[in-house]
Amino acid sequence: MSAAPEQGEGALTVPPPPAASGALLQVRDLVKHFPITRGILFQHKVGAVQAVDGVSFDVKRGETLGLVGETGCGKSTTARLVMRLLEATSGEVRFDGRDITRLKGSKLKEVRREMQMIFQDPYSSLNPRKTIGSIIGEPFAIHGLEKEQGARKKAVQELMETVGLNPEHYNRYPHEFSGGQRQRIGVARALALKPKLLIADEPVSALDVSIQAQVLNLLRDLQREFGLALIFIAHDLSVVRHMCDRVAVMYLGRVVELGTGDDLYGAPRHPYTGALLSAVPVADPARHRAERHLLTGDVPSPANPPSACRFHTRCPKAQERCSVEDPPLEDKGTGTLTACHFPLSGEEIAAIGVGRPR
Amino acid sequence: MSAAEALLRVEDLKVEFPTEDGLVHAVDGITYQVQAGKTLGIVGESGSGKTVSSLTTLGLTRRQGARISGRILFGGRDLVTLPEDELRAVRGNEIAMIFQDPLSALHPLYKVGKQLVEAVLAHRDVSKAKARARAIELLGLVGIPDPAKRVDAYPHEFSGGMRQRAMIAMALANEPKLLIADEPTTALDVTVQAQILALMERLQRELGMAILIITHDLGVVAEMADDIAVMYAGRIVETGSADSIFAKPQHPYTWGLLRSIPRLDSPRDEELVPILGTPPSLINPPTGCHFHPRCPYAQPDHARIDPQLVPVADEPSHFVACLLETEVRRRLWAELGAGGTPEAALAEAGLAHGETPARPAEGQPPLPGAGR
Repeated sequence: MSAAPEQGEGALTVPPPPAASGALLQVRDLVKHFPITRGILFQHKVGAVQAVDGVSFDVKRGETLGLVGETGCGKSTTARLVMRLLEATSGEVRFDGRDITRLKGSKLKEVRREMQMIFQDPYSSLNPRKTIGSIIGEPFAIHGLEKEQGARKKAVQELMETVGLNPEHYNRYPHEFSGGQRQRIGVARALALKPKLLIADEPVSALDVSIQAQVLNLLRDLQREFGLALIFIAHDLSVVRHMCDRVAVMYLGRVVELGTGDDLYGAPRHPYTGALLSAVPVADPARHRAERHLLTGDVPSPANPPSACRFHTRCPKAQERCSVEDPPLEDKGTGTLTACHFPLSGEEIAAIGVGRPR
Repeated sequence: MSAAEALLRVEDLKVEFPTEDGLVHAVDGITYQVQAGKTLGIVGESGSGKTVSSLTTLGLTRRQGARISGRILFGGRDLVTLPEDELRAVRGNEIAMIFQDPLSALHPLYKVGKQLVEAVLAHRDVSKAKARARAIELLGLVGIPDPAKRVDAYPHEFSGGMRQRAMIAMALANEPKLLIADEPTTALDVTVQAQILALMERLQRELGMAILIITHDLGVVAEMADDIAVMYAGRIVETGSADSIFAKPQHPYTWGLLRSIPRLDSPRDEELVPILGTPPSLINPPTGCHFHPRCPYAQPDHARIDPQLVPVADEPSHFVACLLETEVRRRLWAELGAGGTPEAALAEAGLAHGETPARPAEGQPPLPGAGR
C-alpha cells in the first residue's frame, strides 16, 4: 500500500470548502455527550459521559484510516456517529462534500447506501433464523434493488464468491459456519450495495489467531479491488499498523495524534502513543526491551474527564501547563499532528525501540 | 528434561467429555512439566485443550463427568486420583489459579476484602482480624493504592485492571508454589496488560513461585515464558525453551502462528500468511497428524501415522511432533522465516504438494465437514 498523500492533513486545522478537498469523509469537531439522568418521574440531567469530545479527521477516497485507543476512548462511538446510528451532540460529518449530520428519512437512506459497517462479533451480528442468502441479500431488499428473485440470488452468490464463501451454501444458516466464515458473511453483506466507505469495528478481535489473518487479507484485497475507503477500528496496534495508511490515536474522546502509519509508529510524538507502543508485547524473546514505559493507573472516567489535556493525570511528562491549557492538535515539525505541549524527544522515541523494521 | 526437579509433571493426560453428539477428546495424551520458580507458557487457539488441561490439574473438570486418565504429579501426589478433600487442601493453597474475566470471577455482592479473607481462612487457622490484615497486605502487594480503604470496596467499584490485581492477590493469599494464569490479560487493554504482566514477573521474583500461563498471544508468552508448549487439537505439537521456539520453530502449526500475526517490528507491507481452514472438531479429530488437513506440507501418509513428540536433532530439550524429516523442516523454515510463502518453501524444500492440500479450505464445507 502506498503512503497517503499529505495535502489533506492541513485541512484539519482550517477546513477548506468541501468541493476543493479530495476527502470522501470529513469529520469536524464531532461531539457526543450521553446524558446521565437521575429521578424516576421527573428525570433531570446530572452530568454527561463525554464519549466523543471534539474529534476531527478526514478519510480520502480509497485510503484506510485506523482508529486506535483503549476501551472507552470513543472510537466505536465515533464510527456510529459517522454512520448516523447515533445523533451527534454537535459537530459536522460531511460525506462526499455533503453535510449529512442532520439528514433524515429518504435522504439519509440514500447516504447509508454509500457507507456500510462490519461489526466485531460475528455471532450476534447475524440473525440466526435467516439463511445466509437472505442475510446478504437484505441490503438489496431494504433499498429495493435486484427485485427479481433470480437476479438477487445471482448477485448474492457473486458476493459470496468474492469473499471466499462457497455459493452453494446460499440456503445455510449462520450456526453452520465458523467464526471466520461468519465474518466473511458480514463482509459480503457490507459490500452488497457497493459502498464508497466501509467501517470495520474490531473486525478480527473475536477471532482466533489463525483465522484473523484470513479476514485481514480479505479486507485488504477487497479494498484494493474496489477502491474502498476504510475506517479500521481496533485496539491491537500491530493489526492497525498492518492495515492502515494513516492512524488516529484516541484517548478519552479526543484524537491525540494523527499521522501516516510509518511516521506515527516510527516516531510517535505524543507520550500516550509512546506508552501504547511500548506496552505491546513483541513475539520475540530476543528483543526483550530493557525498560518498559509503564503507565500508572487506569483511564479516567469519561463522565468526569481531567481538565485541559486529558492525559495529564497519567502522563510521565506532564507539567502544570498541561492541566490548565488544552494542547491543540498540530504539526510538531514531522508531518504528524500531535496534541501535546511537551512532545517526546528523539531520545525518548529511541528508548521505546519499536515500530522500526528488523 | 530432568523429571526430578519438576514441580508439576503431567504425564500422558487424557480428558474426554461424553456429550450427546459423541465423545469430545478435549485433551489427547499430553506430557509436560513446570520447574519450580519458572514459567511455562501454553499456547493454542480456542478448543486446543489448553484450558481443560489446567482445570483438570485443579480437579475442576471432575464434576462435569469427564473421563480422565494419565497422571498429574505434584509434590509426590497424583492429582488425578487424589480424593476431593485432599485436593481441596492443594487448590488455592499450593496451586492457585487466576482466570480470564476478572469481573465474573469475583462475587459481585461481597466486598473484595471479604473474598480475600475467605481465601485466607480456607487454608489458614487464623483470626478474622489477622486474615483481614493479610488481605490488606495482599492488596498492597499487588499495587492497589490505599489498600486499607479499598479492602471495603465492591468489585464493581474496581476497574478491570484493579479487579485482575485483586484476583492475583486472592491467588497469592496462601503463597502458592504454582500459579496457573488462564488468559490473564486477554480482557484487558494493552497498557493495563503491560502492568499486570510486569506485576506477575515481579511477584514471581519476590515469592519464587512457578507460573503456568495459558494464552493465545505469542507476544505475551515471548515476554513471560521460559519454556513454551504449543497445543493443537488436544495435543502438544511442539515444546521447548522460549528462545528455541521463536528462533528455530519446528512445527508447521507454530510457523503458521508466527507468520499469521502482524508484528510491530516487521516490514509493514509483509503479507500475512493465514493458516487455511478452521480448527477441527474434537469429536471426530482428523486421523494421523491432527494438523494434516490444514498443513500445506502434509504428505499422503500423514493422514495415517500418529506423530510422536521426539527431540529435535542437536536440541535435546526441544521436542516436536511432526512427520516431516528434520532436514526438510529446516529448509522449509529457512524460506518461511525469510518471508517466503508456503508455496515457495515447498519448492525450495523439493517437496510435492500433499494429496490433502488445504487450498480449498476457504470455501470448504463448514463445521460438520471440517473435522473430517
